[in-house]
Amino acid sequence: MNLLKKFLFELQEITNLIIAAFFGLFRSPRYFSETIRQMDLIGVGSLPIVLLTGFFTGGVLILQTYPTLEYYSLQDQAGKSVATSIIRELGPVLSALMVSGRIGSAISAELGSMVVSQQIDAMRALGTDPNRKLVAPRIIALMFMLPLLTVAADIFGIVGGGIVASGVFSLDYNSYITSVRFGITTQDLIGGIIKPLFFGLIIGSVSCHKGLSTTGGTVGVGRSTTNSVVLSSIVVIIFDFFLSRAINSIFDIKTI
Amino acid sequence: MFSLQNEETVVAEEIIEEELQPTDLEDAVDEPHRIIPAIEFRDVHLSFDDNKILDGVSFTVRRGETKVILGRSGGGKSTTIRLVLGLLKPDSGQILIDGEDITNYSEIEMMKVREKIGMVFQEGALFDSLSVYDNVAYRLHEQGIDETEVETEVRRMLKFVDLEDAIDKMPDELSGGMRRRVGIARALVGDPQIIMFDEPTAGLDPPTARTICELAIKLRDLEDVSSIFVTHEMKNVEYLSSEYATVNENGEVIFEMEGEKLCLINTEIVMFKEGKVIFSGKNEEFRATKDPYILKFVRGK
Ligand SMILES: Nc1ncnc2c1ncn2[C@@H]1O[C@H](COP(=O)(O)OP(=O)(O)OP(=O)(O)O)[C@@H](O)[C@H]1O
Ligand SMILES: [Mg+2]
Repeated sequence: MNLLKKFLFELQEITNLIIAAFFGLFRSPRYFSETIRQMDLIGVGSLPIVLLTGFFTGGVLILQTYPTLEYYSLQDQAGKSVATSIIRELGPVLSALMVSGRIGSAISAELGSMVVSQQIDAMRALGTDPNRKLVAPRIIALMFMLPLLTVAADIFGIVGGGIVASGVFSLDYNSYITSVRFGITTQDLIGGIIKPLFFGLIIGSVSCHKGLSTTGGTVGVGRSTTNSVVLSSIVVIIFDFFLSRAINSIFDIKTI
Repeated sequence: MFSLQNEETVVAEEIIEEELQPTDLEDAVDEPHRIIPAIEFRDVHLSFDDNKILDGVSFTVRRGETKVILGRSGGGKSTTIRLVLGLLKPDSGQILIDGEDITNYSEIEMMKVREKIGMVFQEGALFDSLSVYDNVAYRLHEQGIDETEVETEVRRMLKFVDLEDAIDKMPDELSGGMRRRVGIARALVGDPQIIMFDEPTAGLDPPTARTICELAIKLRDLEDVSSIFVTHEMKNVEYLSSEYATVNENGEVIFEMEGEKLCLINTEIVMFKEGKVIFSGKNEEFRATKDPYILKFVRGK
């Protein structure tokens, strides 16, 4: 009961944070340059790890599924099997998890140390709303960059799958590419972009909230950093399920 | 209609509570706004968990007055200052800034009020990702003021605290005292009419501490700034309550001792003990008191 209460309270706080950051966008001063800086930090900075993740995930997918496909003589479906799992699920979720580890932790550590060194108070005392100056640019940057990162991870995943398919199982490139081209649908692509949009919102708001509610000095900063990564990862995975359900029913995708 | 009448009665009460002195009344004739205190605490209570920090604190800071707050370490002085800025909210009681009841103001409403208040944090609280220049310029940058104007103002302020050489340094390259002085410069930019000093001289050498007191005296006597000055050092209290600043024939600012003249100095002392105000008044009365707690505080034993 107590845990439920705590959870609901947390949820309310996070919702308030999102609302405050959102409405802050409509008042001046607007923090464009800060948003651009965050996009650079989040997007360009996370590109290498996201690409690596995508590439090897695609590779391992083929490695594990190809023997089965071969058993049923479905080798020409290899490209489709990689592409759909990556675009629908693995690309968005794995990119979100990597970004929450790299960026979510950085955000809550940064905001947390600003809280314990009274910089947030100083900012408020100088007449700046931290929700607008710190939270909004980070959430927007995440919502903007995560879909782009996901697309990049998807592409690398499919390429990785192709390389393993031809390198290890000597599958013909053309057959792989054809299967990818005809295997994925527009709905898959749209769903694959909508998901990271929400994941960006989740990671941004959870880690900003955790950072800003830090108490208890440097130990507290460590605690809120850990909590923000754990909480945002879990919420991403749970949300992924419901989001998949929603997208499937909206676009009427058969789960085959 | 109804609310209008209420407001009038509130103002009337304020006037009575203020215990007007004759000089105040004379001022009031040409400047009615002077009657409204810059800061007023009415029976403010605040606890952290079970820990009572403020237990019915009331005091006023009149316009152009410097209020020195004394009290034991952990006695709620910094908390009082944070309440003035609305960084914390009291459990009960009222806080008024320029006659405006800010007790229930939202964060957005508070932003307007904070524009006229400068604050020097006890720990400095500089933005450690920004250079000294950007720290001092913070408020001006937020207001979108032209960069050349910002630079002139920042240089002027840094000269004031004798830190022109550190303009391009980062906060972690500065000593504690330098950081404090950057904090002072940052608080003074934009000429706020109300300033909170939270132990601005702690950890500084005596000449620098003296400079900061002179600064506070100048702001009080020449700029009509209202301030709260929290300190543990009796020397500071001595400076603030025995000297005043004027401008001589040559246009230079000079400090004069109060001497035998009429009491001109607009500084009073408030002393906290266990969340209550146990003394409020002029320095002379403070020194003359027989209260053993205060005596111990003055003499340090
Ligand atoms: N956020 C907080 N949570 C819990 N207790 C707090 C908090 N902030 C302050 N306190 C407590 O409130 C009391 C008053 O603190 P405050 O900082 O106002 O003291 P102070 O008078 O400024 O002391 P000093 O002279 O040492 O600066 C202290 O006992 C402190 O432990
Ligand atoms: Mg203090």
